[in-house]
Amino acid sequence: MIEFEEMPMAAVRPDTADTLLRLDGLTTYYPIRKGLLGRVKGHVKAVDGVSLDIREGETLGLVGESGCGKSTIGRTILRLEQSTGGQITYRGEDITRYSISKMRPLRTEMQMIFQDPFSSLNPWMRVRDILKEPMLAHGKATAATAEAEVDRLLDAVGIPRSYKDRYAHEFSGGQRQRIGIARALSLNPKFIVCDEPVSALDVSIQAQVLNLLKQLQKDLGLTYLFIAHGLGAVKYISTRIAVMYLGKVVEIGTKEDIFRNPKHPYTKVLLNAYPVPNPHLRGREKIVVQGDVPSPANPPSGCRFHTRCPFAQELCRQEEPPLAAASDGHAAACHFTF
Amino acid sequence: MNDLLEVDGIETVFRTERGEVTSVDGVSFRLKAGETLGIVGESGCGKSVTSLSIMRLLGKTGSIRKGEIRLNGRNITGLAESAMRQIRGSEVSMIFQDPMTSLNPVFTIGSQLVESIMLHLNVKGKAARNHAVDMLRKVGISRPEEIMDEYPHKLSGGMRQRVMIAIALSCEPKLLIADEPTTALDVTIQAQILDLMKKLREETGTAIMLITHDLGVVAEMADRVIVMYAGQVVEEADVFTLFDKPLHPYTTGLMGSIPHLDGDDEETLASIPGTVPPLQNMPSGCRFHTRCPLATEKCSAEAPPLLELAEGHRVRCWVAQGDSEAASPIPVSSAKGVTT
Repeated sequence: MIEFEEMPMAAVRPDTADTLLRLDGLTTYYPIRKGLLGRVKGHVKAVDGVSLDIREGETLGLVGESGCGKSTIGRTILRLEQSTGGQITYRGEDITRYSISKMRPLRTEMQMIFQDPFSSLNPWMRVRDILKEPMLAHGKATAATAEAEVDRLLDAVGIPRSYKDRYAHEFSGGQRQRIGIARALSLNPKFIVCDEPVSALDVSIQAQVLNLLKQLQKDLGLTYLFIAHGLGAVKYISTRIAVMYLGKVVEIGTKEDIFRNPKHPYTKVLLNAYPVPNPHLRGREKIVVQGDVPSPANPPSGCRFHTRCPFAQELCRQEEPPLAAASDGHAAACHFTF
Repeated sequence: MNDLLEVDGIETVFRTERGEVTSVDGVSFRLKAGETLGIVGESGCGKSVTSLSIMRLLGKTGSIRKGEIRLNGRNITGLAESAMRQIRGSEVSMIFQDPMTSLNPVFTIGSQLVESIMLHLNVKGKAARNHAVDMLRKVGISRPEEIMDEYPHKLSGGMRQRVMIAIALSCEPKLLIADEPTTALDVTIQAQILDLMKKLREETGTAIMLITHDLGVVAEMADRVIVMYAGQVVEEADVFTLFDKPLHPYTTGLMGSIPHLDGDDEETLASIPGTVPPLQNMPSGCRFHTRCPLATEKCSAEAPPLLELAEGHRVRCWVAQGDSEAASPIPVSSAKGVTT
């Protein structure tokens, strides 16, 4: 076991009464092994010191490009990956080092919806069994009561009850994603990590699934961590949004803060680069950043965005900017913003 | 003057275990030199098969059963495979969605570029290599000499797509077919690639057929747009008309499904109910009527033709056609296949 030095805690944040989940300096590093003996030669710093709160009943959108660590955060919260530092607090309890057995009852409260509805459903199981399995495994239903629960879940996600004897391959992508949602709901969770739940779907189906997720949140009082690279979906569903770049949160604020008043140059670039479905705006001023995202195994010094930032100065190369919050909670990690 | 590309009522079918499936059904359009045509639609609507039909890359089971494809006035529908090979890469080239799988992993970038240059441009050795390096520089790759000797796995997705574009444009084709060229890429990289395509389009005057599901990309790039649904063209218009005044309920539905970044928040998105019908089991009448909020009895009984309702604006919808009957619609031939 490798010990990582403790990440400095971000400025102490008051625990508001409605904080459901809290991350403090969370890091998830993956070792890079090389050579015959498999010695650790470095680390991929997938998540590198992330602190944020998720409040009860809200949707926190997590956006960023591939490799920024957004999915790893979701997986680390649910302990599908082991964190290497920092703290995860759920309902005031530090669950960072919970054992598998201690984590088990919590799993009914914390669920996940996966990106790919084609690989996240077992092709050998009927829909009815896909939905029953978690309820029986966690003792949430008996063989006698499970059937009625299956009907209730199918109604909730808009799949006809008569389809429950079918196998996953008999459904379209959108229907499969509905089944994935029904499975996540089967244990009456409080908190759901939605990991790119609509990016594999067609445009018209995306809207259906987004509407469904929003409706279910309203009906059941769910809290979502909504991970996506598509800004449109994130804007539609989120209450607050965190923007990630290379393992770090570079900006966090309400939906209005991020879309109307972005502070971090990376957020501005992301918003600006997004193709707008309006041909009259095609001549607008564009900031096209050069180059690719650097490797998270060897992130740049100072501000991680400085290699691509159009406004980078000497200071950005040397010193890492802290995630500094204004009084309204809108925070950005940039030397030249506040 | 002839258009660069004329597609007339093509019907492309695939043999499957459960019988024949028609995936493109009577598609017609024109493409002028230097023009960018966007083809939009969801998975299974036939947009990719339309482009593969033009390249005749339909595999063993696919074939064009009806209709005609003319390139510079020359009918290429019945050409032998050897003649098609002359056209592919030199007159028409194609870039694909997935830059990870469309490059050969066991050859260097340079050898793959040089191969297509030597094959089509009749240059050899040093000259071919120099041309390849020039192409890489043109698509914005820094250190092109070094990249020539790299293998594809060393490059990022955006870099690979640049290489694909370099290969596709190396022989100065008249037409570039881009099938979801930026779908697999991140937003900032997508912006770079779209920027590059625009720049190269200006420099070379290549016509582009841009196939995508992303209305944002279409709005950014296209001059004219075709919307496809279930193997058919349902609407065609210039890009401004299509976005300002869409007439087909499917087009309107698609536009309502995208959450907008600017403007006020939507409480619920105007989604299109249901799913695309399977090709083996098309509904009677209008293929969209099962999902259409405006459908009438006529829509479920009779298939609407594709009519030109205003200049250059074609729509396949009974309701839209009824609305502007006063405009005395001009029927567009070729909706049922061409017999020339």
